[in-house]
Amino acid sequence: MADDLAAVFRCEAGRCTATLIRVLGDVELAEEAVADAFAIAAAQWPVRGVPPNPGGWITTTARNRAIDRLRREASRQDRHVAAHHLRDTEPMDDSDFLQRDLDGLVEVVADDQLRLMFLCCHPALHPDAQVALTLRLLGGLETPEIARAFLVPEATLAQRLVRAKRKLRDNHAGYRIPTADELPDRLPLLLAVISLIFTEGHTATSGDALVRADLCTEAIRLGRVVVELLPDEPEAIGLLALMLLTEARRAARHDSGGAMVSLAEQDRTVWDRAMIAEGHGFVRSCIRRGLPGPYQLQAAIAAVHAAAPTAAATDWAQIVQLYDHLHALRPDAVVALNRAVAVAEADGPEVGLAQLAPLAVVLDGYQPFHAAHADLLARAGHRDRAAVAYERAIALTANSVEAAFLRRRAAGLSGGSPAATR
Amino acid sequence: MAQFMLSVWHDELFVPDFDSEDFHRIGPKVDAWNERAIADGIFVFAGGLQAPSSATVVRASASGELSMTDGPFAETKEMLGGFWVIDVPDFDTALAWAKTATVACEQPIEVRPFHVGG
Repeated sequence: MADDLAAVFRCEAGRCTATLIRVLGDVELAEEAVADAFAIAAAQWPVRGVPPNPGGWITTTARNRAIDRLRREASRQDRHVAAHHLRDTEPMDDSDFLQRDLDGLVEVVADDQLRLMFLCCHPALHPDAQVALTLRLLGGLETPEIARAFLVPEATLAQRLVRAKRKLRDNHAGYRIPTADELPDRLPLLLAVISLIFTEGHTATSGDALVRADLCTEAIRLGRVVVELLPDEPEAIGLLALMLLTEARRAARHDSGGAMVSLAEQDRTVWDRAMIAEGHGFVRSCIRRGLPGPYQLQAAIAAVHAAAPTAAATDWAQIVQLYDHLHALRPDAVVALNRAVAVAEADGPEVGLAQLAPLAVVLDGYQPFHAAHADLLARAGHRDRAAVAYERAIALTANSVEAAFLRRRAAGLSGGSPAATR
Repeated sequence: MAQFMLSVWHDELFVPDFDSEDFHRIGPKVDAWNERAIADGIFVFAGGLQAPSSATVVRASASGELSMTDGPFAETKEMLGGFWVIDVPDFDTALAWAKTATVACEQPIEVRPFHVGG
């Protein structure tokens, strides 16, 4: 039963909150009401059983609790006023606010989740607050979970959330999907937040592994909502494809002892084929539109990797070409680094090393640069220089799993062929 | 509708000079912004302030004693140079007006909502 409730909570909390914000016109009131409804469910469901439509039950119960609360707190003028700060397209009339029949409004509208996403990713909020608010309101993650996932003190995160919600309320932030002319400014922010949530879940830093896997699942879920409601945005499709193709490799990324496994060494038989097929479908559908963007190109690169039956069979020439496109759109050093690594695979480590050289100064503090540099040096037979580069990479690594991975590689330098370190 | 203050921030050394080349460039742009805001019905009030050095701070101590000091309230690098008060439907509309305002006056704009009913 606890599992049932947790499962319903995971998939329904964000949806219910999104709908109640529209109905009630206030974020905190909606949050409290949804929490109340889940508390009632925790008490009632074990006795009466899970209702046939758990999400609908939660939303209706939350709405009723919110009305009770508003009646009880009607004297608290600030609350009543606050309820009108977040405006829907149809502002509510004060006089019949409590009496109004809200049933029609409580119907789940898919748009609500997208509205809430745009609210959480409002450009006037700090990027950290955008991420935290998205996870709290849409992902239904508790404050301590989010704090653990991002290695931030709980009090700091709680304050960040309160400030963000207050700022949106005090500024009368609208609860709506941006218009077509606003979308080019607003959508990239939303995609960046989803991408950041996914990356955070994907990166094997310390912290709660379970919460981290949840972050990836939640990012993919949010990505799907965006694609469903904004089907003409190729970058949104590209991001979803990128996440699916990356997530498909999750089971292969660590061995049974929890140690990290490089892409080249992964057991490809445990890759999630269904997820890869879905990812490939999305890559085809967005590339076809002829409006390439960074997410689409990264997804296309992931698709080429996923299509290779073995690491040796990877079509590196095509990957280099895709990195060329990506570098033209986003000429930064990190893209150049990834491109150089692909070039090394296609044309040999010495050619790759020549391309890394001009990046050494700007990426000096970037761990992946030194890890890639060390790898290419080792493969080109420069073992002493490779050892130095590994030392530098290890010194720049905060997380123990990755440091262990690099130490294993550095240790592999002393014996065996260079290929054994790959 | 909600009221917002769009305040214009200047370097502490800024002195309003109506004969300067800067003013001849910026003045017409700000006038045009004001005309658009008035035509759109969102304009409430606007004003430009004299230099910070013209400021006087008056305060009452805990015991109720009144004192007066010469100069602006805060010793900071940025000073309030002027402001608009606008009345718009929501935050995004206020931000959209602030974007055109910062282009017109060539200074950063701080957007802050007013208390409702306060």
